[in-house]
Amino acid sequence: MTIIEEPVDTAPHSSHRLTTSKAMVEGIEIEMARDPSVIYLGEDVGAYGGIFSSTAGLLDRFGPGRVIDTPISETAFIGLGIGAAVEGMRPIVELMFADFMGVCLDQIYNHMAKIHYESGGHVTVPMVLTTAVGGGYSDGAQHSQCLWGTFAHLPGMKVVVPSNPYDAKGLMISAIRDDNPVVYMFHKGVMGLPWMVKNPRATADVPEGEYTVPIGEAKVVRHGSDVTVVTLSLSVHHTLDVAETLAADGIDVEVIDLRSLVPLDRETILRSVGKTGHLVVVDEDYLSFGLSGEIAATVTDVDPGMLRAPVARVANPDTPIPYAHPLEYAVLPRQDRIEAAIRRTVSR
Amino acid sequence: MTTTTPGRPHPMQGDLDGPARVDLYRTMVLIRTFEEAIRRDYYADKGPGFDIGKGLVPGEMHLAAGQEPVAAGVCAHLTTDDAVTATHRPHHFAIAHGMDLRTMAAEIFGRETGLGHGRGGHMHLFDPSTHFSCSGIIAEGFPPALGQAFAFQRQGTGRVAVAVTGEGAANQGAFHESLNLAALWKLPVVFVVEDNDWGISVPRSASTSVHSNATRGVSYGIPAERIRDNDVEAVHLAASQAVARARAGEGPTLLEVHTLRLWGHFEGDAQGYRGDLDDVPARDPLPAYRATLGAAGLLDDAAAQRIADEASTRVEDAVTFAKESPLPDPAEAGAYVFA
Repeated sequence: MTIIEEPVDTAPHSSHRLTTSKAMVEGIEIEMARDPSVIYLGEDVGAYGGIFSSTAGLLDRFGPGRVIDTPISETAFIGLGIGAAVEGMRPIVELMFADFMGVCLDQIYNHMAKIHYESGGHVTVPMVLTTAVGGGYSDGAQHSQCLWGTFAHLPGMKVVVPSNPYDAKGLMISAIRDDNPVVYMFHKGVMGLPWMVKNPRATADVPEGEYTVPIGEAKVVRHGSDVTVVTLSLSVHHTLDVAETLAADGIDVEVIDLRSLVPLDRETILRSVGKTGHLVVVDEDYLSFGLSGEIAATVTDVDPGMLRAPVARVANPDTPIPYAHPLEYAVLPRQDRIEAAIRRTVSR
Repeated sequence: MTTTTPGRPHPMQGDLDGPARVDLYRTMVLIRTFEEAIRRDYYADKGPGFDIGKGLVPGEMHLAAGQEPVAAGVCAHLTTDDAVTATHRPHHFAIAHGMDLRTMAAEIFGRETGLGHGRGGHMHLFDPSTHFSCSGIIAEGFPPALGQAFAFQRQGTGRVAVAVTGEGAANQGAFHESLNLAALWKLPVVFVVEDNDWGISVPRSASTSVHSNATRGVSYGIPAERIRDNDVEAVHLAASQAVARARAGEGPTLLEVHTLRLWGHFEGDAQGYRGDLDDVPARDPLPAYRATLGAAGLLDDAAAQRIADEASTRVEDAVTFAKESPLPDPAEAGAYVFA
């Protein structure tokens, strides 16, 4: 029933309270100070500090030669990041919203993700593509999508999705040091922004100094025995809220925060479902052809017999994200839908 | 006569001495010999009929015969520390930039010894030793080339990146985004547009609103020039200035060369759409340049034969190496997805 704290994997640090965005920036700052080949490129990442505060303060510390505002030319500057990475730099390049992938996807999936393979391993692209995802604040159908299933579907790039300050910093440091392209997707709703509804878990104690969160390791953020909920990003927090509610009714929910989609930690999912026999997947991305089906297949590919009830999927029901508040909340996986799905599943 | 190989540094000045002119010819002959050998083996076992996926060299094959002057003229100014990013039709630039012919041929034949261990193919040649890469997606090779130039600019050692594309690509967004960004940040890039008149089957007149893509340089404050003839020395002269500007930190230059697609868009293209076919053989730049050098007293028949023989020896060695190399292990198809 307790929330598991991640053990700090280097020497003990003192900690301080940070929002997810500040923890993300701290990870970048540590790596920029350590490695001069690390730079940050993107729209409004300089004086503005990132529309979602992904780079706040970095310009002041590192200057315009390393924290670089770009023209609104995603194809050009993402491709520039790729070429710079090929020549040994470690660029972090920001795509302001994941929704904007449509104007630059060729650079991402045909170049960033494939060059290592096409070159037979002779050319590496050690680049981080950061991007903001998620809805819940009436930004409409072109500024609210998660789309992580699309990125994860395309081979050759790692995909990480931190849900909290600790993971945001540790995954950022891991992503920068990784020799592969890593897509780092941060949900606006977990960043702890002062101008958006705040999730209480978006501010937390974070160790000072450097530490890494390994890419490809999910985390059991709440242990339970009745049902496994596999989820990620903002939905982790909604699910934890629901788990507390259900605990009062004697339903003991285990919650897995995937943290990484590529590589996917299938072992942790299987171990948990093997224990609970019930699986609910909560995914803010679209329902069909995506992450929730992949998680279900992860279990059924190995042993459908470990499921004592059908898999329940709580996701966006294949609808463009609506603008009006009640419509938007109707398609997002909010607490009400998550709770109903868990109750249905454990009752079968 | 010197025996400079492709990729070695040449004098920066545009005025060519005799040996340098013969070197340009030698590079062009090596390219043509390579393309002819690939073409020969491409068709060797496609039958019965024509099955594109069958044979020693499977898949789409875009050969660069006729476009040798562009690659030879530009790459004469580069060393293998400079980067070249080419297109789906990349062989001429790869060879002119000094790529090892054996590993290049082996990749085209899909062998384990190839540049990409058979994962890339002829449109995806990546060679870190010459900073050569290419993209099969029209105009999308430009942005990564900017990144190489960006890294070079920060090193401050005068290295440059050459980004090549066809005239059809000048209508893509990536082309225009790249020109703007390169000019804005004064990146050491030379943009080279190979205008071979045809975007597969669509003539330039049906695709492009301007007579010369060089006029598009004005939009971005980039010096630009169209080289009207498929003349290696004219390309060499223009490229000498463009490369010098880039090395001096003065930013990008845009060059468009009106060149010639001697063969089809890809092998197997019957070119029924092409009204200029009858004129094509007479426009072949190779015999023309040989005649020019002959008239200048720089290349007699014996010397030309030596150059042809030397090219043939090198190409056949590479092709033999490729054919004798093992095919990749199917069990290893998933290798190299990640580092």
